Amino acid sequence: MARLNINGRVVEIAVEDDTPLLWAIREQVGLTGTKYGCGVAQCGACTVHVDGVATRSCSMPVSAFDENQKIVTIEGLSPDGSHPLQKAWVALDVPQCGYCQSGMIMAAAALLAANPKPSDADIRGEITNICRCGTYNRVQAAIKQAAGGNQANG
Amino acid sequence: MNRIASLPRRGFLQVSAALGAFTLGIRVPEAAAQGAAPAATPEVNAWVVVKPDDSIIIRIARSEMGQGTLTGLAQLVAEELNADWSKVSTEYPTPGQNLARNRAWGNMSTGGSRGIRESHEYVRKGGAAARMMLVEAAAQGWGVPAGECRAANSTITHQPSGRTTTYGKVAEAAAKLTPPTDVPLRDPKDWTIAGRSLPRLDTVEKTNGKQVYGADLTLPGMLNAAIRDCPVFGGKVASFDAAKVASMPGVKKVVPVGETAVAVVADTWWRAKTALDALPITWDNGPNAQVSSASIAEVLKAGLEAPEAAIGNRAGDAKAAIAGAAKRVEATYGYPFQNHATMEPMNATALWTPERCEVWTPTQNGEAALAAASEAAGLPPAKCEVYKIHLGGGFGRRGAVHDWVRQAVDIAKQMPGTPVKLLWSREEDMLHGRYHPITQCKLTGALDAQGNLTGLAMRISGQSIVAGIFPQNIRDGRDPVVFQGLSPGGEEGAFGYAIPNILIDHAMRNPHVPPGFWRGVNLNQNAVYVECFMDELAHAAGKDPLEFRRALLRGSPKHLAVLNAVAERGGWGQPAPEGRARGLAQIMGFGSYVAACAEVSVSPAGELTIHKITAATDPGHAVNPQQIAAQVEGSFVYGLSAALHGECTVAEGRIEQENFDTYPVMRMMEMPAVEAILMPSGGFWGGVGEPTIAVAAPAVLNAIFAATGKRVRQLPLKHADLRRA
Repeated sequence: MARLNINGRVVEIAVEDDTPLLWAIREQVGLTGTKYGCGVAQCGACTVHVDGVATRSCSMPVSAFDENQKIVTIEGLSPDGSHPLQKAWVALDVPQCGYCQSGMIMAAAALLAANPKPSDADIRGEITNICRCGTYNRVQAAIKQAAGGNQANG
Repeated sequence: MNRIASLPRRGFLQVSAALGAFTLGIRVPEAAAQGAAPAATPEVNAWVVVKPDDSIIIRIARSEMGQGTLTGLAQLVAEELNADWSKVSTEYPTPGQNLARNRAWGNMSTGGSRGIRESHEYVRKGGAAARMMLVEAAAQGWGVPAGECRAANSTITHQPSGRTTTYGKVAEAAAKLTPPTDVPLRDPKDWTIAGRSLPRLDTVEKTNGKQVYGADLTLPGMLNAAIRDCPVFGGKVASFDAAKVASMPGVKKVVPVGETAVAVVADTWWRAKTALDALPITWDNGPNAQVSSASIAEVLKAGLEAPEAAIGNRAGDAKAAIAGAAKRVEATYGYPFQNHATMEPMNATALWTPERCEVWTPTQNGEAALAAASEAAGLPPAKCEVYKIHLGGGFGRRGAVHDWVRQAVDIAKQMPGTPVKLLWSREEDMLHGRYHPITQCKLTGALDAQGNLTGLAMRISGQSIVAGIFPQNIRDGRDPVVFQGLSPGGEEGAFGYAIPNILIDHAMRNPHVPPGFWRGVNLNQNAVYVECFMDELAHAAGKDPLEFRRALLRGSPKHLAVLNAVAERGGWGQPAPEGRARGLAQIMGFGSYVAACAEVSVSPAGELTIHKITAATDPGHAVNPQQIAAQVEGSFVYGLSAALHGECTVAEGRIEQENFDTYPVMRMMEMPAVEAILMPSGGFWGGVGEPTIAVAAPAVLNAIFAATGKRVRQLPLKHADLRRA
């Protein structure tokens, strides 16, 4: 049994203590925007925010959390897709298959919250999520655009 | 909450039946959640549905997996339809419907960069015919000749009187008309919807978590399955002890899957996986348990000198030219097994009863998925259906072989009436790929006293994808796909260099590791072999690599044009920034001409940085330039991931890499800037999803040589020592 604060709502979840947060979010809470990619915190498709910090939810058991920690998933990033990153993502047509993009956006949102004007080097150093289709340059450009810059690839 | 989950199951199944095949394609969750079928609007034809509110649904037969084909194909239909683009949405017809309607939508296979290039003509005709029928219906309603009416932006105008109506108002009447037989198409130079960099139709839901992938699907009453197949190809299950896990939380059943695999079915996937990890399984590893990468390499090496080989390209007498050469150059290259590693692991949801089998799955080929489901279900195709769900990456893995669909149906068959979702773990996905074929290549070149290339012999030894997947297509031991980009001519992948004496052949050597079509297919390694060796020859001849190629490409103007474009934009011939060096590559494949100029630096400690790549593409016609640019950029991620890191090795018959920690792929930190030059010359239709991948590795390898003097001939690069000698 776990009590989790997800997207501003406290939910009670009947799972084993060692269930990864990812699977509780997907299978018990029913929010499937957060993806399974590797299960070993390598790819970042499962990235959510825990008190604003980008966290790879596939490798954290629900027992590590209590209801005082605010967990935000892609569905809770903004009520209507209006986060500056989501708008930049749409403006630059960033996604290809899209499977990694929830995690990318959540990682980028945590980066911007901590560092509102990241340099290219900051972005390349901080965004370590895997994309196999190859959206990296548009991801980088969209983060810059959301941060108020206009630089293209670099 | 997932909206489907709240529906009573009975309700869902009724909806499912009422909707028939169509609306369950892309829109499964939404349509089902509405709780009732949308108003039945008759189609104008197979490709076009116009609703009374003027919204337009364009049917897309090919699968969207990120490559943008959904938007591009819709643009082509909308172009000829003279549609109001802002009112266009799309849906997938199902494979069962395609079968029932005598393949009204043609081939559903989405591979070989063929989505647009293979279907552009009939989808455009579908749009044009629908437009003609809508105009005819309006004209009949007004009692005027259709020739006096014009359609634009979903509105029909009777020009003499100025009367107007909309597509939505006449669609029902249009649907009753006889389709036209003579359907002229617009000249691409007159395009207004096609040919433009329109935004994709599927972006917004990929930024807010709403896009439903196969792995996300939930059906009422659904159970989840985790599977383990024998890690050694050719092995099977000896025994398993289901009782050991039967009482674990959520576990419903432990089932054999064929002779080679075991699955645990549970209420959630995590519980199924947890129980599977605890399940004692004994394997019979079979006849391949001693095979290793080293033993495979020995077999391939022997093939380099074997007397028997299938010929792919022959002119003159290469052996004589080499024997009489003023200078002889020889090199051997190698290319490893690689996993597709789609971000979304393989998955399918199946519902089986003795009367019917339905499967929901991300697939690049709905018809092949239907055939696989039918076989596994033991039911004729007419009693089966496949609903295509959006793909979290395909890259060829989800096209020709539907092993995961067979497994899902096999499991569902053991749970009649209950939908079961099978999801592979990443480890399962890594160990049971359909791998990029392994090959080696020995090249020998003959230079005359002036440094002209007078002969080339190229022996490829190794695996044939076609032999592994479509063995019936092997003729006289020859797999034509092995020679991608090396063929003497043709529209698919012609070898551009004019060499008077040439012999390119293949000694087929098929290890037990199953091969597959891997984005870029055989063009990937063939481009490495040819383009790196061209660089070696130029160096041996004391010539500039660009000039050396130009001389040989005089009779191949399209090959030459893309090469010249990247040389010019990439700064070839001008000094590179301090510490950097450049490399070139060009090839033709998938009907398109591509070239790249890479700019790299290598630190004294041997650390490689790829700074910038200039890439040119001539695909003939360009349907959505910004999406072509996206494919070109993405091709460097896929191609450079392969070049830098991609390798699956074999020990004791099994693949050693199980996850991204041991199978690294390129991340943003390694990504170069990419400048994509699009130069559509018109007159032909080439693909764009794959060809550029092939020039990524050789351009970088040639730049590394320019920077370090070191030739890397065995990929991936991670094994190479690039430190200054």
